[in-house]
Order: sequence, then C-alpha cells, then structure tokens
Amino acid sequence: MIAIIDYGVGNLFSLKSSFASLGIEAAVTADPAEIDKAERIVLPGVGAFGDAAEKLKAQGLWDFVIKQAESGKPFLGICLGMQLLLEESFEFGRHEGLGLVPGKVVPIADVIPKGLKIPQMGWNALELTNDSPIFADTAEGEHMYFVHSFYCASPAENVTAVCEYGAQLTAAVQNGNVFGTQFHPEKSGPAGLKILKSFSRL
Amino acid sequence: MITKRIIPCLDVKDGRVVKGRNFKGLSDVSSPVELGKFYSECGADELVFYDITASVEGRRLFTGILREVASTIFIPLTVGGGINTLDDFDRVLKCGADKVSVNSGAIKDPNLIYEAAKRYGSQCVVLSADVKRVDGSYRVFAKGGRENTGLEAADWIRRGVELGAGEIVLNSIDTDGVKEGFDLQMLEDVCGKVNVPVIASGGAGCIEDFITLFKTLQFVDAGLAASIFHYGEVSIKDLKDRLKENGILARTV
Repeated sequence: MIAIIDYGVGNLFSLKSSFASLGIEAAVTADPAEIDKAERIVLPGVGAFGDAAEKLKAQGLWDFVIKQAESGKPFLGICLGMQLLLEESFEFGRHEGLGLVPGKVVPIADVIPKGLKIPQMGWNALELTNDSPIFADTAEGEHMYFVHSFYCASPAENVTAVCEYGAQLTAAVQNGNVFGTQFHPEKSGPAGLKILKSFSRL
Repeated sequence: MITKRIIPCLDVKDGRVVKGRNFKGLSDVSSPVELGKFYSECGADELVFYDITASVEGRRLFTGILREVASTIFIPLTVGGGINTLDDFDRVLKCGADKVSVNSGAIKDPNLIYEAAKRYGSQCVVLSADVKRVDGSYRVFAKGGRENTGLEAADWIRRGVELGAGEIVLNSIDTDGVKEGFDLQMLEDVCGKVNVPVIASGGAGCIEDFITLFKTLQFVDAGLAASIFHYGEVSIKDLKDRLKENGILARTV
C-alpha cells in the first residue's frame, strides 16, 4: 500500500486516481499508524513552502515524516513536496526543510532571462542526467507538466533530471530511497503514470 | 522550453458536452467522461470543463460528473461555471480540479480573485473573459456572453492579474463558433502585455488557425477550442504533428 500524506495541501484526488488507474492501492491519510504500515510514501503539495511546512508541523508529522524516510521506505515528494525534502527554502524568507535531500530551494527568477513568464507553467521535456529507478521506463525528452516559481538547487549527483526554461532547472532529485519530482507525474498523461508505476515497484 | 498547449474545452449542460455558434443554438455532442478520457489519451495538454449555464441559472456545478471526469483523466483540469465564492473553489478542487476559472463571479466581486489566489495560489486561479467589440472598444461580457458589463477588456485583465490571477483565457465573442481563425487583433490589443500565461479562445476552424496563432503572437501560450475537436474535424495528433513541422514546440504522446 502507498500512503499519500494528507496535510491539507494539493490535489490529492488526482494522485489517488492515478494510482487507482494503475491498479495500485493508495490511501490518502494523515494517520501516523496508517503511514507507518504503508510500504511506500508520497508527499504531495502545492502552494507556498512556509505554509506547507507549518501545516505539516501543525499535524505533528514533521519529525515523523523524516523518520519514515530514514527507515528506508521508498519516499516520493511531488512539486512542493519535493521542495520540502531539501535543507532550506528562500521562498518569502528563509524556511527550514526536511533535510532529506541536499540543496536549497531558490527563485527561478534568479537564473532565467527576463521576459520569460513566471511561474513556469506547462509541459517541458525531461533531460535525464543520472540513472534513477523511477525513470526505468522513461525515455529522454518525454514531456511532463510543471507549475513552479522556485526550483531545487541540489548537488549534481542528486539531480536525476533537468528541464530547459531559459536555464537548466532541476526536474527530479534522488538521495537513496528518497525521490522528488518538480513536475506532476499524476498530471503528465501516460508518461507521468509510467513514473508512478516505476515508483510503486521499488 | 515549454510547449504550446492545445486545450479542448468541454462545455457542459445537463451533464452533456455541447457547443453552439455565438453561444446560441446549442447541440448535444457527447459524454464529458468519454470525451475527457479520449482527449487525455490522445495528447491534449489540458482540459477545460465548463458548466456554461451555471451562472445564468444560479445553480452549482454538477460535481458528480466532475469527479467522474477527474478520476479518468491524468492531465491538468480547469473547471469553470458558477464559481462565485471561495466555497465554490473548495468544492471543485476537492473533486479533482487543478485550476478554477472565474468569469461572472469575479466581475461581481473582483476580490474573489485576490482571496482565492491567497488561499490556493495564483497558479490555481484562471481569469476567463468573454470579450466583444462594442463601438470601437473591447468590452467584457458576463453571464455567458449575454450581458455587457461596460468594463474595458485590457483594464479588467490587468486588474485581474494584479489581484492574483495566474492565467488568462481570452474568449472572443466576435469569432466564437465562426471557425475562421482566432481573433489575433483582439488578443494582441487586450493581452499583448500580460505577464502570465494567455490562452486564446474562440474561432479555431482548422489546423492552420493554430499555426497562425502561435507564429503571429509569441506571447500566446495555448489555444483552446471545442467543436472542431468534438466533431473530429481536427485530430489533436495531426494538429501537434503540423505544429512541430512548422517549428512550433508541441508535446506528442
């Protein structure tokens, strides 16, 4: 079973439906006992980093989530859920992250040319930069759906995919059993579903 | 770089997808669930699910159908029609929508845009405007194109973006259903300086209309259409292939 952590942010309905369409059992839950029983964990999220971190803490899930990830279970952060995995974020001030993947979350505006719209909203092609098991069935150049104004600046060895948007932006990261995708696999059509399927096989 | 998006619009009335010319003379086309699934699988980049009569009749969107559509498609889904309050946002987001499109509700209460953007983020708030030429200027119409609000279109859209709208759908009433091309002049005049994504709507009749749109107006991010897709006059795959042949970035599956 996959636990989709419900801490009051994001489109959890789509994520659950995506797994259901693949015949994979997934539960949307904030219950530590249920999350503890799950074989895999997904941390979703949209919105602002600070708010999301506060909500996770308010539900008493912050340290629990870190322990779960450190237990070695396959763990996937999506969009803001991926950004939360990093050490710190500079979205409206400085915020501490979960520290499960090295790096920091910084504004796209710092690295892309003026004139490009922010957020990056739409479909962009993946360039795979390091082997990662969640991309077992993913081909170079497959398009994924992105919506973000900040990106994860992580060491090259942790970056598993990038996309080109005036600069090379991190599209996916990995640190051992912890994975993150900046794009929404649950919103990226058949290409995205393949990634969720690969994750569910880990 | 990000691709230009192709967005089929599902106008829904009484649980069925419909499409009229100039908003009148609606004809039944198909099931929203079947069409949504079909589009999701054949390479549509996003879907708009619009309850066209919700504002007029003052009733709430059929969330049951929405839930069914959302559970079978795995591309972004925008929902509009009868969105007047934050509760309406909440309700459709819980049914699987990714973005919510406001139109008449935002005209009545512009603060709705601000409040929704604050709670759900700008990426979630789409400002849709139905615009028509009246005595040499562009005016915003409410209630499915039935009521002239007197608002000047460029001013209204600028204000919407300031309030937090993360995306603009510009629907030209003048070209809607006419199938002789998008309203390039209106798009340029009304949305040329907008710094959030712009979706062109109204007037697509053939593949060339999309090529002309994206070649002529670089700032336009997406093209939206309904009947040409529903009736099979244009297949999304052919359209994407032709865009690519013409040097326009497009996603194919």
